[in-house]
Amino acid sequence: MPSWPVLASQAFNGLALGTLLALVSSGLTIILGTLGVLNFAHGALFAVGAYTIFVALHYTSSFVLAILIGCVVMLAVGVLLERIIIRFFYDRPDEDQILVTYGIGIVLVECLRASFGGNAQRVPVPSWGQGATKLGFLIYPTYRLQLIAIVAGLLIGLYLVLYRTSMGLVVRAGIENPGMVGILGINVRRAFLLVFAIGVVAVGLAGMLYAPVIAVSPDMGANFMAQSFVVIVLGGLGSFPGAIVGGLIAGEIISLTSAFNSSYSEVMLYALMALLLVLRPQGLFGTEGRA
Amino acid sequence: MQLDRRQLLLGGAGAAAGLMLPGHAFAQSPATIGTFPAGVSDDSVFVGLTIPLTGVFSGDGGDLKLGYELAIAQINAGSDIAQKWGLKGKGVLGRKIRYKISDTEGKPNLDVQSATQFIQRDKAIMVSGSVSSASAIALEELGSREKVLYMVGIAGSNDITGKNCQRYGFRSQQNAYMAAKGLAPVVAKALGKNIKMAFLVPDYTYGHSVYESFNKFAVEQGWKQVAKEVVPLGTTDYSSALLNIANSGADVFVNIAFGADSVVSTKQAEQFGVLQRMKLVVPNLSSFQDKELGAELMQGVYGSCDFWFGLQDTFPLAKTFVESFLAENKYYPRWGAHIGYMQTFLWALSVERAGSFNPVDVIKVMENSKAQPYETTIGKVYFRAEDHQMVRPIPILRGKKPAEMKHKEDFFDIVEIVDGESVMNPPDFFGCKLGPYI
Repeated sequence: MPSWPVLASQAFNGLALGTLLALVSSGLTIILGTLGVLNFAHGALFAVGAYTIFVALHYTSSFVLAILIGCVVMLAVGVLLERIIIRFFYDRPDEDQILVTYGIGIVLVECLRASFGGNAQRVPVPSWGQGATKLGFLIYPTYRLQLIAIVAGLLIGLYLVLYRTSMGLVVRAGIENPGMVGILGINVRRAFLLVFAIGVVAVGLAGMLYAPVIAVSPDMGANFMAQSFVVIVLGGLGSFPGAIVGGLIAGEIISLTSAFNSSYSEVMLYALMALLLVLRPQGLFGTEGRA
Repeated sequence: MQLDRRQLLLGGAGAAAGLMLPGHAFAQSPATIGTFPAGVSDDSVFVGLTIPLTGVFSGDGGDLKLGYELAIAQINAGSDIAQKWGLKGKGVLGRKIRYKISDTEGKPNLDVQSATQFIQRDKAIMVSGSVSSASAIALEELGSREKVLYMVGIAGSNDITGKNCQRYGFRSQQNAYMAAKGLAPVVAKALGKNIKMAFLVPDYTYGHSVYESFNKFAVEQGWKQVAKEVVPLGTTDYSSALLNIANSGADVFVNIAFGADSVVSTKQAEQFGVLQRMKLVVPNLSSFQDKELGAELMQGVYGSCDFWFGLQDTFPLAKTFVESFLAENKYYPRWGAHIGYMQTFLWALSVERAGSFNPVDVIKVMENSKAQPYETTIGKVYFRAEDHQMVRPIPILRGKKPAEMKHKEDFFDIVEIVDGESVMNPPDFFGCKLGPYI
C-alpha cells in the first residue's frame, strides 16, 4: 500500500493530467456535439498545433506571442478544412465523415514529417514556467502547475462562448432544424464554420501548451486521440461538461493507479470505460440516442 | 535378414529424423530452398528492408535506412570501401542488390506482412530491418519458416538470440546481457558502490530484458533497486511514473525507454526534478537521444551503444564509414545507420565466402566465422555458432559537457571499449535452440 504522501501526490498529478486531457478532448467533443462530425484528424491537429508553436518560437522569443500566432494559424487551418472539405460531409453518413477526417489526419501528419523530419523537436519551457515548485508534500514542475490554471481558464471561456452566447444557440438550433433557422434569416453555415474552427483551435492550443512538456514529433497526437475518445465516451459523446469531467476522471484513474502499479494505469482507464459502456452507454452527461 | 513393415517404417522415420538434425547431419545444401534459386537472376538479387519510418522508432528507423542505402550503394558500385571489406567486383557475386523499403511503424504485424510480401512477391534473398525487439522476434521466426535469411536490425532483447533464437536469424548488436555486463562495472566505478536505483521500464520484451540484465549486474556491483515503474510503449505523459521515481529516494535513474520514448521521458524527468537529484544511466542509448535532448541534459550520462563515430579513431573501416556517411547525409551516423551498414556488408561477405546465395551455405559460413572472423567497423567480430549472437566489442559512452564539445554532434566520450568475449552469456543461458536448416 503506497504511503499517504505518495497517494496525495498522485491525486494532485491526476488533477493536472485531467485538465489537459479535458482540453485535448474539448475540441473533439465540440465538433461532435454541435456538428455531429467525429473528427479523426483530431490527433494530427494536436501535432499541427505543437509544430506551430515550435516554428513561431523561431521568430519570436515570447511564448505568449507565439501562442497567439499559433491560434491564428490554427483558426486558418480550421476555416480552410471546413470550407474545402468538411462542409461537404455534414449530410453524408458517419462512415464517410470518419474516412475523410482520418484521411485528413494522415495527410497532415505526413506533411509535418516531410517538412520537419521524423525526429522529435524541442520546445523550451517558457521563462516564467521554469523549475519546480515545492507544494509541501511534493515537488511539482512549475509550468505544469501554471497549466492547470491556464487550461481551467480556457475551458471556462470555451463553455461561455458555446453555451452562453447567441452563437451557441444558433448552432444548436441549426443542427436540429437548419431549414427553419435559415428561414429566420440566420446564416447557419457560417455558424458551423465558426464551431469547427473553434474546435480546431482548442485542440491546437492543447498541442501548443503541451509542447514544452512532451517531445514534438509528427506522431505525437496518436496517443492523445485514443485517450480523447475514452474521455468523451466517459463524459458522454458531444457533451462539453462531460469532456471536462471525463478528463478529470481519466487523469485521476491513470495517476492513482500508478501509485500502486504504473503498468496497470492505462488498463484501468479502458476497464472503466468498458464498465461505463455496460452500465450507462450514453456516458455520464450524454443523452440517449443523440450524439 | 528380413525386415517387416513396422521395422521398415521405424528405420525410415529414423533416417528422416537424422536429416532434420542441424550441423553435420547432412553434407550438401538443398538445390532449392526458400527463395533460392528463384530469387537470384543473372544480374541481380532482391533484398527486403522492413523499417519503422514513422512512430516511436522513426528517428532510429530513418538512420537505419540510410545505413542500408549507403552499404548497398558502395557494394553495387564495387567501391574501394567495399573492397576494403573484402568484397570482389561490383555487387555481390557479380549481382547488383535491388531493394525496397517498407515503413512498418515499429509494429510486428506490419513487419511480418511486409516481409511476407518481399519474400513471396519479390523473391527476397535476404530480409533485414526492425528497431523493436518484438519486430525482430517476429521477423526471425518468419525467416526460419520461409527459409530466408533475416539479418536483425536494431534489437537488444536477450530473447532474440535466446529463447526465440532462429537458425535463419543473425544479430550483430550486443544483447541486453552483454551491454549490462559491460556497462555496470564502468558506472559503478564512476558513481560508487552503494547506490540506490530507480528503473523506468517500457512494457515489452526489450524493456523487460534490459531491466533484468542491468539489475542483475548492477546488484553484483552493490547497487540496490528501490523503484521499478513499468510503462506502456509510446507513453506521452510519464508524470505518474516519474512522481514515484522522484519520491523513491534513488541516487540513479536508469531509463530503459528507447526511441522517441527515451526523449519524452528524460525531458519530463528533468521537469520533475529527477535529474537534479539523480544521475541518469541509459543502458542502451537511442540514436538521436543526444541531439533531441541536448548536451545540457546529456552531460555526464552513461550508456552503451552499438556504435559511436569516435570509434573511427580506433578502427579503419569505421573511419571510412563515418566519412562516407557524413559526406552523403551531412550528419554523423548513429548506431541505427551502423547496424544497417554492417549487417549488409556482413551478409554480402558471407555470400561471397560461401560462393552462393543458398541460405544454408551462407548460414554455415556465418556459423563458422569464429575460425575466420570478419574485419569490420568495430574490429574483428564473429557470429557464435550456437545462438547466432555476434561476439563484438561494446563502446561505453559518457555525455560530454557542452563546453567540451568540438562540434555540434560531439556529444559523447568513449569511456571504454569492452571486449566482447568477456561479457558473453553462456550460449544456452537464455534457452536458445536453433531450429533446422531445412
